[in-house]
Amino acid sequence: MSQPKIRIRGLKKAFGPKVVLDGVDLDVAQGTAMVVIGGSGTGKSVLIKSILGLVTPDSGVIEIDGEDVLKAPPQRARQLRAQIGMLFQNGALFDSLPVWENVCFGLLAQRRLNRRAARDKAVQVLAQVGLGADVAGLSPSELSGGMQKRVGLARAIASEPAIMFFDEPTTGLDPIMGAVIDELIVDCVKRLGSTSIAITHDMASAQRIGDNAAMLYQGRVSWTGPAAELMTCADPVVDQFTHGRAQGPIQMALRK
Amino acid sequence: MNRLLNLVALIGAVALGTVEFIGELSLFALAGLSHIFRPPYYPRLVGKAFLEIGYFSLPVVALTAVFTGMVLALQSYTGFSRFGAESAIASVVVLSVTRELGPVLAGLMVSGRAGAAMAAELGTMRVTDQIDALTTLSTDPMKYLVAPRLLAATIALPLLVVLADILGVLGGYLVATQKLGFSSGTYLISTFTNLKTMDVASGLIKAAVFGFIIALMGCFNGYRSKGGAQGVGTATTAAVVSASILILALDYILTQVLFVK
Repeated sequence: MSQPKIRIRGLKKAFGPKVVLDGVDLDVAQGTAMVVIGGSGTGKSVLIKSILGLVTPDSGVIEIDGEDVLKAPPQRARQLRAQIGMLFQNGALFDSLPVWENVCFGLLAQRRLNRRAARDKAVQVLAQVGLGADVAGLSPSELSGGMQKRVGLARAIASEPAIMFFDEPTTGLDPIMGAVIDELIVDCVKRLGSTSIAITHDMASAQRIGDNAAMLYQGRVSWTGPAAELMTCADPVVDQFTHGRAQGPIQMALRK
Repeated sequence: MNRLLNLVALIGAVALGTVEFIGELSLFALAGLSHIFRPPYYPRLVGKAFLEIGYFSLPVVALTAVFTGMVLALQSYTGFSRFGAESAIASVVVLSVTRELGPVLAGLMVSGRAGAAMAAELGTMRVTDQIDALTTLSTDPMKYLVAPRLLAATIALPLLVVLADILGVLGGYLVATQKLGFSSGTYLISTFTNLKTMDVASGLIKAAVFGFIIALMGCFNGYRSKGGAQGVGTATTAAVVSASILILALDYILTQVLFVK
């Protein structure tokens, strides 16, 4: 097997006495989409925040293109992480900036475009997520939840990142808008040839956007396999989670 | 015995918490300061913060200064007339305003207005993941959010204090000449005869320090806020209270350093 784009080994993170990640191992192959599922508080967000450098793990290895970002010098770690685009759960758009400046914020920050060129670029990227040029001058607070998600996606893809993370991309959206966002995600990831990791509780969304899936349970990856098999998986933890059954090993764990 | 141990543990926890807080605040201040001098620079953000802190605080600082000068003249007259020392009113007003009341009152007003706004804005950005988003977009939040505010507040407050000094003296002048029967020329001569460069300069030095403190406490509390709306509210209150206390404490220390020989 060729070297994975992202390789995680033995990742551990605790907040005080609470162990959130307890030795996570995960490989994400180049150009594939991985979906991470798991109950609330199982460390899915901590996992991607660790890769992004927003949380410092206690121990473990996080490799991007074979380089350990946790051991790399700060400058090199920043370069490795600069190839990651992120769609936050609530969009995390900057209230004080218009939509176009949100979309091209990263390009402006890296001095890759001047403001005039950035505005033109933002209009192009907004078109890729189905938004018109008239949205560019609006404030994020003037947009609906679905539009904010699209702008967040536009911001994530504006710099054409090699890696993309999606934190619960359909949360808070109606089923139709959720499907639209999923289609946009699949389209963007395929067009850019990116490697992606998505976190979701939405099984329909997981199967639409994922090639592979991983179940995070009790701080570890308890199962990995094709996303298409999520609903037919024989693993009792995955089976209970994907079908939303009250009875099963997850319930037992919660009762302890 | 258990009670005693609990008490010792509590004292230890408070002491450790205090040391940790001071350490965090010091590191935050040093990081913010270092980012002011290291590229990339964000002049647009400095300008925007300057407008927020300086320009939009003009009315509240101006009103505070005028009324403080007026009250000071009235109260001084009440006290000094008992000893026949009315001629000292002009000196008392100008020295009090330039050395103490201008910088302290402007600092407290700006802390309540701009410091609270900074904490609320950064706190909201923190709890809505906007600060994390900055990091993922190759932007250092300390450089983008904190350094411009520290610089803008350190520049803006001395300028506000210049205005407060002028308006405070003007307030005293108006009351003295229009209500208390002082001659305009005599009052102005007495004002400027007793005013030394160091009186004004010390006030401006204090103002620069207070400006830095206001921005530091606003940014620090906002930056590390957590827990949603309640956390943002707590951060905002903490920013104003801590900045106000620090302003009053530092005012004493700076007065000691600048004037006591």
